[in-house]
Amino acid sequence: MGLYSFKLPDVGEGVVEAEIVEWHITPGQNVKEDDVLVDLMTDKATVEIPSPVSGVIKELTGDPGDVLPVGTVIITIETDSVGETEEEAPKPESAPAPEPASAPEPAAAKAEASNTPVEEPKPVPKPAPVAPSAKAAAPKPTNDGERPLASPAVRKRALEQDIDLGAIPGSGPAGRISHQDVDDFIAAGGRLMAGSNPGAREKRTGTHEQKIIGLRRKIAQNLAHSKRTIPHFAYVEEVEMDALEQLRVHLNANKSDDQPKLTVLPFLLAALIKALPDFEQVNATYDDDTGIVTRHDGVHAGIATATPNGLMVPVVHHAETMDIWECAAQIKHVTEATRNGTATRDELTGSTITITSLGALGGIASTPVINAPEVAIIGVNKLQVRPVWRDGAFQPRKMMNLSSSFDHRIVDGYDAARLIQRIKQLLEYPATLFM
Amino acid sequence: MGKATKTTKTNVLIIGGGPAGYPCAIRAAQLGLDVILVDKGGLGGTCLNRGCIPSKAVIHAASRFEEIAAHAETPAMGISAGKPKLDMKALTAWKDNLVTKLTGGVGGLLKAAGANVLDGWAEFIDAKTCTVTLADGETMTIEAQNVVLATGSVEVELPFLPFDDPRIISSTGALALEKLPKTMAVVGAGYIGLELGIAFAKLGTKVSFVEALDRILPLYDKAMTRPITRWLKTHNVDVHLSSKAKALTKSGLSYEDKDGKEAEIAAEKVLVAVGRKPVTQGWGLENMAIDMSGPFVKVDDQCATSMRGVYAIGDLVGEPMLAHKGTAQGEMVAEILAGHRRRFDPVSIPAVCFTEPEIVGVGLTPDEAKAAGETVITGKFPFAALGKALAMQGGADGGFVRVTARQSDHLVLGIHAVGAHVAELSGEFALALEMGARLEDIAGTIHVHPTLGEGFAESALAALGQPLHIAQ
Repeated sequence: MGLYSFKLPDVGEGVVEAEIVEWHITPGQNVKEDDVLVDLMTDKATVEIPSPVSGVIKELTGDPGDVLPVGTVIITIETDSVGETEEEAPKPESAPAPEPASAPEPAAAKAEASNTPVEEPKPVPKPAPVAPSAKAAAPKPTNDGERPLASPAVRKRALEQDIDLGAIPGSGPAGRISHQDVDDFIAAGGRLMAGSNPGAREKRTGTHEQKIIGLRRKIAQNLAHSKRTIPHFAYVEEVEMDALEQLRVHLNANKSDDQPKLTVLPFLLAALIKALPDFEQVNATYDDDTGIVTRHDGVHAGIATATPNGLMVPVVHHAETMDIWECAAQIKHVTEATRNGTATRDELTGSTITITSLGALGGIASTPVINAPEVAIIGVNKLQVRPVWRDGAFQPRKMMNLSSSFDHRIVDGYDAARLIQRIKQLLEYPATLFM
Repeated sequence: MGKATKTTKTNVLIIGGGPAGYPCAIRAAQLGLDVILVDKGGLGGTCLNRGCIPSKAVIHAASRFEEIAAHAETPAMGISAGKPKLDMKALTAWKDNLVTKLTGGVGGLLKAAGANVLDGWAEFIDAKTCTVTLADGETMTIEAQNVVLATGSVEVELPFLPFDDPRIISSTGALALEKLPKTMAVVGAGYIGLELGIAFAKLGTKVSFVEALDRILPLYDKAMTRPITRWLKTHNVDVHLSSKAKALTKSGLSYEDKDGKEAEIAAEKVLVAVGRKPVTQGWGLENMAIDMSGPFVKVDDQCATSMRGVYAIGDLVGEPMLAHKGTAQGEMVAEILAGHRRRFDPVSIPAVCFTEPEIVGVGLTPDEAKAAGETVITGKFPFAALGKALAMQGGADGGFVRVTARQSDHLVLGIHAVGAHVAELSGEFALALEMGARLEDIAGTIHVHPTLGEGFAESALAALGQPLHIAQ
């Protein structure tokens, strides 16, 4: 039997730390080679880490949400084979706890002078330090499946009065529910047990804490960083989409089967591809630390994508090499791959400008947050028929707003406005997109 | 039952007057219900007649005898004594007298509460109707609105060691011996076998255990059974683990030892204590259309069976087969029948073994708590460090109190103790769990000095990392 120490692997170029997203194993469990041990996340890619050996899991280090440096021993596996010398783990530091000293001081001696020399007690392991006293956390109702903590009298009273103890936040130590808590609950119009008074309006008293880990934490960090460091400049303009919609409907109606359905996004991307060469400061990334702006000739468009786990931004690389159909196909490919969790690391990194669209939920205007280190994000709002004053009368027109944000350190308001006006013209006269 | 019998109607019919049935009858009558209790074999059931109480009486007498014998052999505490003589017949008579007093007391309580007691055997025709054959041979039919089944349990018999052989005895037989056997083989080292086997060893019988499992008292962890194993060893009691009893031989009991080899123990009597089974036959259960759960009657958390208006309590409904569980269920059902809202939801059902030394278990052991997903801290206090235990000569047996608590909020999840007289601590232990005590509550409660209870407070302090009377 050998002990195999599994170190946090280097999961990507230049990655020095990774976050534990989820354990797939528990101590004591048997694993076979290539069984998935743990999900690790770096940057925006989550990677399943397979077991290099077969054996029994002895110990796990770290909880989901912990960020650990590469090289940390995170799993100890007792392998079936002898002599995994290379990765043989050092013996655990703490030897099995010895029995408590067999001849402790009798309590009867408590009155005696304590200077009587007593036999040196055998080393007794110090119990693990414990919190001096459990913190008085904010009272919260018992979670499902957990038994409410209350004395027999309180339990009986609750049953008699048709009160679900699980719904009462206990104010006592360890969340113990007292008679007073029950009184307060009733006084506050507390909920009766299910079924006993259907239709009654219930007070929702629950609060539910959730540790923000994994992708959600990454999103939180990135967006907070972006909002904190980048002076956002927002600009909203409306675009008349009738001509483009006519074209789009026509193309979709006459497309071949192997061509993707066109949405507004590939047209917007095409407009960006066309316009950006004249606005090179917008298709750029800015490194705060070095103070260097990198301008990109290629258009690597990030497409903000809602996934079951949260917001991700897959990338259409070198969009400038694609026609409208390829743009549409590529947008479809990367967003689907991201939703399915099959996007590659390359497909999730390297964007130079981002497009964000909530589709039918797009609203009238929004203030998108820049996907740092980029300096611009173009947001698409909802397309809807609005009355437009033209030629002395209101006319129904398909209008769509673009809500964009720019890094004001790098992009001047004047340039930002000019870019959006250029995009507006390209979209309103779609033939110019293809000239 | 040939002739027409008279028919009586009642609100509540209770079958069985043991520690589940009779409290149910008392409470139901107190609450104004019309109650008939049918019992055969003595009010108080197994508990009073041939279980808890008589065994404790014999255990007490045996301990007294052993103490005197010890003083006779080696004077201690300045006390010397002559060699004690045992009159087994007189001991049994004393015990019987005690039993009679207590069972008579139960009858008095039932009567005072207003419950009707019938000495007879009930047999159900359907779920709400039964025929009772009374002690005098008369029969009567009872139609009940509500039925509470509390028929209890009996000893499990081994087919190759039948109780009808005079040399083979059950726990009931062991408590009725008129002559002390010189040698005894005990099949089964669970709590019943150990309690009685140890008592006989104290009285001077050469006792040997044959246990099929690889340990004694499998419900408790090894740390807790170690002091008992030690007592058995020092008192010349043989324990054959991983061994199977085979058959009665001319001079004793043959068994297959742990290596599969045939062996034999000298045994004047063979006590078979391999467990108990619910009494489900002979009273018409099959006519009641009630769902079963294995060998037991299936009930919900109100002890209601699958048949409306029929309840079952006590040993009949499953483990743990303990008198106090049945009593709690009996009281509860009576209140439910009186229209109260009740549910059987104890945090724990404490358990005690009157072995030498005694064992108490309340709530979860550390292993059980971990298996339930808890992260725990434990604190252990040895009675060797407690003045009162030493003053009662109780500290040397390796006993201790161990408390198991949840690490995050210090909620006490389990309390286990082993040591002389610790059974009496079970009430405080159970109260701590029911009240949702934390370690700080236990440590912050002043415990009388000098008592064994101090050990409980000290164990809580030890779990908090601050024991006063053991070195850290």
